[in-house]
Amino acid sequence: MRFLGAIAATLLVVGAVGAAEIPQADRRSGYSFMKPDTKTMQDDDTANPGMLWVLNGETLWNRKAGAADKACADCHGNARASMKGVAARYPAFDKATGRPIDLEQRINSCRTNHQQATPLAFESRELLSLTAFVARQSQGVPIETGADPQLAPFVAKGRELYMQRQGQLNLGCTNCHDDNWDKRLAGAAITQGHPTGYPLYRLEWQSLGSLQRRLRACITGIRAQAYDYGAPELVELELYLMSRARGMAMEAPAVRP
Amino acid sequence: MASALINVPARAKRGDIIEIKTLMSHIMESGYRHKASGEAVPRDIITSFTCRFNGAEIFRADLFPAIAANPFFSFFTTVTESGKFEFEWIGDKGFSETASASISVE
Amino acid sequence: MHPPSNSTRRQFLGLAGAAAVLGTAPVVTLRPAEATPERLASAIRNVTGGAAVKTGKVKLEVPPLVENGNTVPLTVSVAHPMAPEDHVSSIHVFNEKNPQPNVANFHLGPHAGRAQVSTRIRLTDSQKVVAIAKLSDGSFWSASVDVVVTLAACTEEVI
Repeated sequence: MRFLGAIAATLLVVGAVGAAEIPQADRRSGYSFMKPDTKTMQDDDTANPGMLWVLNGETLWNRKAGAADKACADCHGNARASMKGVAARYPAFDKATGRPIDLEQRINSCRTNHQQATPLAFESRELLSLTAFVARQSQGVPIETGADPQLAPFVAKGRELYMQRQGQLNLGCTNCHDDNWDKRLAGAAITQGHPTGYPLYRLEWQSLGSLQRRLRACITGIRAQAYDYGAPELVELELYLMSRARGMAMEAPAVRP
Repeated sequence: MASALINVPARAKRGDIIEIKTLMSHIMESGYRHKASGEAVPRDIITSFTCRFNGAEIFRADLFPAIAANPFFSFFTTVTESGKFEFEWIGDKGFSETASASISVE
Repeated sequence: MHPPSNSTRRQFLGLAGAAAVLGTAPVVTLRPAEATPERLASAIRNVTGGAAVKTGKVKLEVPPLVENGNTVPLTVSVAHPMAPEDHVSSIHVFNEKNPQPNVANFHLGPHAGRAQVSTRIRLTDSQKVVAIAKLSDGSFWSASVDVVVTLAACTEEVI
């Protein structure tokens, strides 16, 4: 509850200021807001706890699953080559559903359609591990999400959700992450909300988690009803945020406070 | 499925002091948390971590609930010969994992 | 963006095996902190057996302002030789306000070459952290730091 007071107090002061998008030149990864110790934790692969999931994901990548008795590697081969840059293009347009899907959903669609296996639960260790392993192959690759013109209406919807005030605190994402990113909320830096490092290891979680988990936490934070995992609104928000971060380097698995 | 990350140099010169870093996946449930229902969450932690070189113990840690999830350790040792480091994590609920890494000393 | 350090010289090892199922952490609330300065003193006595503890030799590194109390990097080093006849034999870390005063015990020997260990700890609140080194001659040395733990914004209530 104590956090709410801080949120409300910070934003009342600047409540009159309208939402303004961050100029390209001023965009900063959440990494740049961190203290040196946390940066070191991310930079050193053998000190970054997110690498435990990447390692686990590599095992799963090579393990046969489902009625088809196929492993990811049986179709996609060496992920270091085949998956390089892939996470930097997600969420991507899915022809089958005519909608954007995120990387977790893409992995599950592969499991269902090609491995004939049951989909993995959101935030399960298995799904986080596979996602982390795939995303790790794009480390350093500039984000390209949203380039596909078929995505345009969904990017627009995501932007609308990002701008829309909601919840008991009546806040939109933009009120913190565009208007107040240079300020602090209690002891924590308010970042610009660029999802460059997901799935990432959050010290608060003491675990790896997805962008959907982070978005749901933020929505709960403004006292709104969080969308369910996999809801179209969450994917549209992910899509907007990733396209907003276009050109920034992928960091997965990142570490954040 | 548990996973561990071990960082040991593949080779070193005789007499070098090398750094060893280890990460083990574990929730480290402190036993001091309660669910929203009020029910206590039972303790589930790693209680002991040991590193042996060619069979002899070179480093050991006793862990308490104040050690963060996915325990990380960094420590040092002087290498005098080629051989094998063996790592062992032991904890609540029968948790027991091992890993090893070899070093070539010139 | 950040190339792995020493990736050519170092080796990565993984292991996979049967282990406890690591599920999602349940929704929880914390009990009030139980450790007190008295309990801290008692935990230290358990290690020293009541012997005098001198200030010095030990360096305790914790970020002065912690970003999240759930994962706090900590390094203890002892400025002392590591020789068979004269070395640091163990390092003990304590805290003042967590539910339990003990954090970790590290057992070293002269072969360590350098009396230095790092780990990551949990601190429920701003408090004092104490490190005590035991030398092979039976003497005890210590260092302590006061750590400020900031509260995280936007913590989750329900997972």
